[in-house]
Amino acid sequence: MQQASGDILELRGVSRRFGSQAIVRDVNLTVEAGKTLVIIGESGCGKSVTLKLLMNLIRPSSGQVNWWGRPVASLTEEQQVQQRLRFGYLFQMAALFDSLTIYENVAFSLRQDRTRNQREIDDIVHARLREVGLDSRVVGGKKPAELSGGMRKRVGLARALAMDPEVMLYDEPTTGLDPIMSDVINELILNTQQRSQMTSIVVTHDMHTVRKVANRVVMFYPLARLGPDEPQIIFDGTAEEAFETCDSRVSQFVRGEAGDRLLELAAA
Amino acid sequence: MMSSGTVQCDAPTPIHLLGKVLVNFIVLMGDVAIFTVRMLRWLLRGWPQGNVLWPVFYQIGVQSVPVILVTGGFIGMVLAVQAYEQFALMHMENQLGTVVNVTLLKELGPVLAAVMLAGRVGSAMAAQLGTMRVTEQIDALTALGANPVSYLVVPRFLACVMLIPLLTLVADGVGVLSGWWFSSQVLGINSFYYWKYSRSFVSSYDLWSGIVKSLFFGAAISILACHRGFHSRAGAEGVGQAATEAFVFSFIAILAIDFLLGFLMMELFQILLPKPGLGG
Repeated sequence: MQQASGDILELRGVSRRFGSQAIVRDVNLTVEAGKTLVIIGESGCGKSVTLKLLMNLIRPSSGQVNWWGRPVASLTEEQQVQQRLRFGYLFQMAALFDSLTIYENVAFSLRQDRTRNQREIDDIVHARLREVGLDSRVVGGKKPAELSGGMRKRVGLARALAMDPEVMLYDEPTTGLDPIMSDVINELILNTQQRSQMTSIVVTHDMHTVRKVANRVVMFYPLARLGPDEPQIIFDGTAEEAFETCDSRVSQFVRGEAGDRLLELAAA
Repeated sequence: MMSSGTVQCDAPTPIHLLGKVLVNFIVLMGDVAIFTVRMLRWLLRGWPQGNVLWPVFYQIGVQSVPVILVTGGFIGMVLAVQAYEQFALMHMENQLGTVVNVTLLKELGPVLAAVMLAGRVGSAMAAQLGTMRVTEQIDALTALGANPVSYLVVPRFLACVMLIPLLTLVADGVGVLSGWWFSSQVLGINSFYYWKYSRSFVSSYDLWSGIVKSLFFGAAISILACHRGFHSRAGAEGVGQAATEAFVFSFIAILAIDFLLGFLMMELFQILLPKPGLGG
């Protein structure tokens, strides 16, 4: 299979099991440079696992993950650590280090890199916090537990952006936030993408996010509801196509309709 | 139930259960061994940064001092109380210091200090790392270009291996003093004879054998606690279980190491300082 020139990340026949339970099965997915790919799907269908597989935070049970055309399995542990600095990752619950201050959280990867002096680190931390609408003089000395959920998400975004990554991965960036704060996060994703032509991969349930940021949408389907030979990615297209498709599985999800799901759950 | 010449087992027999326990134990041991090798590889690559190391040293070392003082203090007094009656029956009360101090330095000081630290430090480490695991903070470390084993496990290993022997020395010192105080002030034993017999029978080998044991106890506590924390299951129950397992596994490891090292050191002692008349 010839790799397209713009593809920077690739999953090739990737499967992942946890114990006896398969979560991701034989997934082929490429991520194009400079575009925003949004992954949608029901809870438990393997979206977040796929995001972690893309960054090799978890290893595939079978198949191959490629970064910039090179199999991740062929990289040494040190090379992987270095390559990961090209990524930014916004975790679902922000995953801020609760023993560190906000300043230390945002400065973390800059200090790990050991190529910048303290003044440069200060400047970057202040700039990144400012970009997400936070004043480092106000929040810099606080611990994550002292911030609201929306502020923690924004700090998580500032931390992920600190190293000027080439690829940003967002795991349910608007989950648990009020509609206004959700839109703030969507705007920040959009601004980041537009400003630096960054490649973004967003896992979300939020169709407002899909409409706002997606260049391309793929939909995962739970393996429990698929036949043994059916592909797990049931849709691959634009956001408009996702809303207009005649595939009932996709249209039911994007419109948020329960359909006969309640009866199925009761029967189970 | 027989069918087509084969025996079908519907319920697991005790042999099945025993086999399962054995397999799980071997898998766990293998996993801990791999985890230890990974940790040692990162340790050899470089010393952790001070801003990572010092808070861990403070938590494990300084904050454990009160627990160790209490533990050491009571061990010395309990030993004096328990041994006094037996020695009094043989009219050997003046030699009480011998048994108190030998037992304290060689055995109970290191073991009880390690058990207390497994409870205080080991459980706390497992709970902290387990919480970091379930809140994705360990994944975040990886995503931000740090290796979690290097960043989290190596400093804890170093702190336990370097500080638990020191804390054991503190426990020994407090235990020796409390044992003497109780013997002389409460049981009425003459201090001169108490120390005279102690000096005659307690050797530096007793002290060093206890310290060597505590080095291994420290290593076992840190590795097992970090391993359980890294493999914590999700939720409060999962983190709680990781903390409990860290203590239970450490406790068993302390007893096993104590037995093995005690046996090896006894053999070593016989080789280095053979006693005439022993072993033909």
